[in-house]
Amino acid sequence: MFDYTYLPEPNMVPYLVETMAKIIFIFSMNMGVFAPLLGWVERKQSALMQDRIGANRADIFGFTLFGLVHVMTDALKLLTKEDFIPRGADRTLHYLAPFIAVAPALVAFAVIPFGGQYNLWGHKANMVIADLDVGILFVFAVASISTYGSVIAGWASNNNWSLLGGIRVGAQMLSYEVAMGLTLVGIFMVYGSLRLTDIGVAQENFFHWGIFLQPLGFFLFITCALAENKRTPFDIPEAESEIVAGYFTEYSGLKFAMFWMAEFLEMVTISAVLVALFFGGWQVPFVSHAMLADLFGFLGRDWAQVATMLVHVMVFWGKVLFWIFILMLIRWSLPRFRYDQVMNLGWKIILPLALVNIFITALVMLWVK
Amino acid sequence: MGVEMEEQNLEAALGDSVILTQLDKVIGWGRKYSFFLYPFITACCGMEFMSVAGPRYDLDRFGAALPRFSPRQADILFVVGTISHKQAPILVKVYNQMAEPKWVFAFGACVCSGGMYNNYSTVQGIDTILPVDIYVPGCPPRPEMVFDGLIKLQELVQNERSSKWPRGKAAYEPRVKR
Repeated sequence: MFDYTYLPEPNMVPYLVETMAKIIFIFSMNMGVFAPLLGWVERKQSALMQDRIGANRADIFGFTLFGLVHVMTDALKLLTKEDFIPRGADRTLHYLAPFIAVAPALVAFAVIPFGGQYNLWGHKANMVIADLDVGILFVFAVASISTYGSVIAGWASNNNWSLLGGIRVGAQMLSYEVAMGLTLVGIFMVYGSLRLTDIGVAQENFFHWGIFLQPLGFFLFITCALAENKRTPFDIPEAESEIVAGYFTEYSGLKFAMFWMAEFLEMVTISAVLVALFFGGWQVPFVSHAMLADLFGFLGRDWAQVATMLVHVMVFWGKVLFWIFILMLIRWSLPRFRYDQVMNLGWKIILPLALVNIFITALVMLWVK
Repeated sequence: MGVEMEEQNLEAALGDSVILTQLDKVIGWGRKYSFFLYPFITACCGMEFMSVAGPRYDLDRFGAALPRFSPRQADILFVVGTISHKQAPILVKVYNQMAEPKWVFAFGACVCSGGMYNNYSTVQGIDTILPVDIYVPGCPPRPEMVFDGLIKLQELVQNERSSKWPRGKAAYEPRVKR
């Protein structure tokens, strides 16, 4: 294990380069790959599940790319759509709300490790942008900020439906944030750390993955995460049959698309947190870091580390993609909950179960000792 | 909350010294494959609309699958079913609330001409109150006819000039105070 202290070094340049590279990588993965691609994935997956063909007409010089071109046409259309601000709306806040909604999903990625630690030519590369010792608490703190985006959007639009949607977002997020924090206490107890890289390293053994040590915690967490994501079955803030489009009723064009994008990016962040906490992060099942490095040993010591790093990063994103797939499967399978059902589920079922989970975890840990 | 005309037409803003042709083509291409629908469904044609949107005929193939129930986000107003005079002000309000650019799709005989309801209570064709882009007659029209209409609308959007926008409000004032 490496020491994690990031003290100011006499030679800052490699660290600066490394950090910039990681920021650019994460940013381009999120904004360049996931934000546009998930719209297409959702469309095609729903088409598959409903026995349809799905979008396939738009083409560039005859190439439809399985409907991928529709992503471009959507972007072009939304860019050229009228940018509407209702009369009586708070113009500044109306403008600001989509940005507040999108930014946290990106910022939360700063503490999520997408690879392990590697010794490259004497430089210790750590595949996480900011290796904070409060790790997961930072994710919670930042995720709560995105709630402000939705609530402000609801308030600033000067519209009944928007306001109702905004209030619903506030209520739902408050209820589930409490439960979500408590479901993860078991994980902190088991691994003894809040730092996501520590949790990742501790999951090198396949049977020490979070899903095996905290099965109940996993199910509670994924339920809370779905609720935080505001997608079906927890999409009461934008329930079409009740409050038109909820908090973004008065948004048109690209600002409306930004709320959409925020939803997709939140889904990526949730999947990444799930993978980091419960599915071994960047670890390949049954293959430890040292075994992988040995496998690539013929490349020489440093290049073997580079190859290991590439494998780990790819495995991490593969797991994230798998969880996005599962989240979308849930989204297209279940109908929307009623408002009171959501509240009952949060306060009367998940919260007590999370407390029971903590208690049982503590008992088992005492017994094992 | 009326429609505010904030964005001026691009060609007019450049003092009519520039004519945008290639840009119009690209924007038209983007718009024609990305219609978000506002289904304004009042009567029995709605069943046929469900068939069009459902798995068998699959409106999503043309990129027109996403229904947005907020008029701000919708591109096409799908008027499906009989429009009575009582309903007309609501329809016009929805049309006025839609963000530019917007198109109107008249789905079924009642919407096109009043259909078999040739009486005092029914609007004799919504083109008396709204600018309509595509008429699809039939009682109800078959899904194939709707697709034909949609493809014709796509051609129309492809060849549109930016000088057409914005269209502004519908030329209609409700006679009866509600």
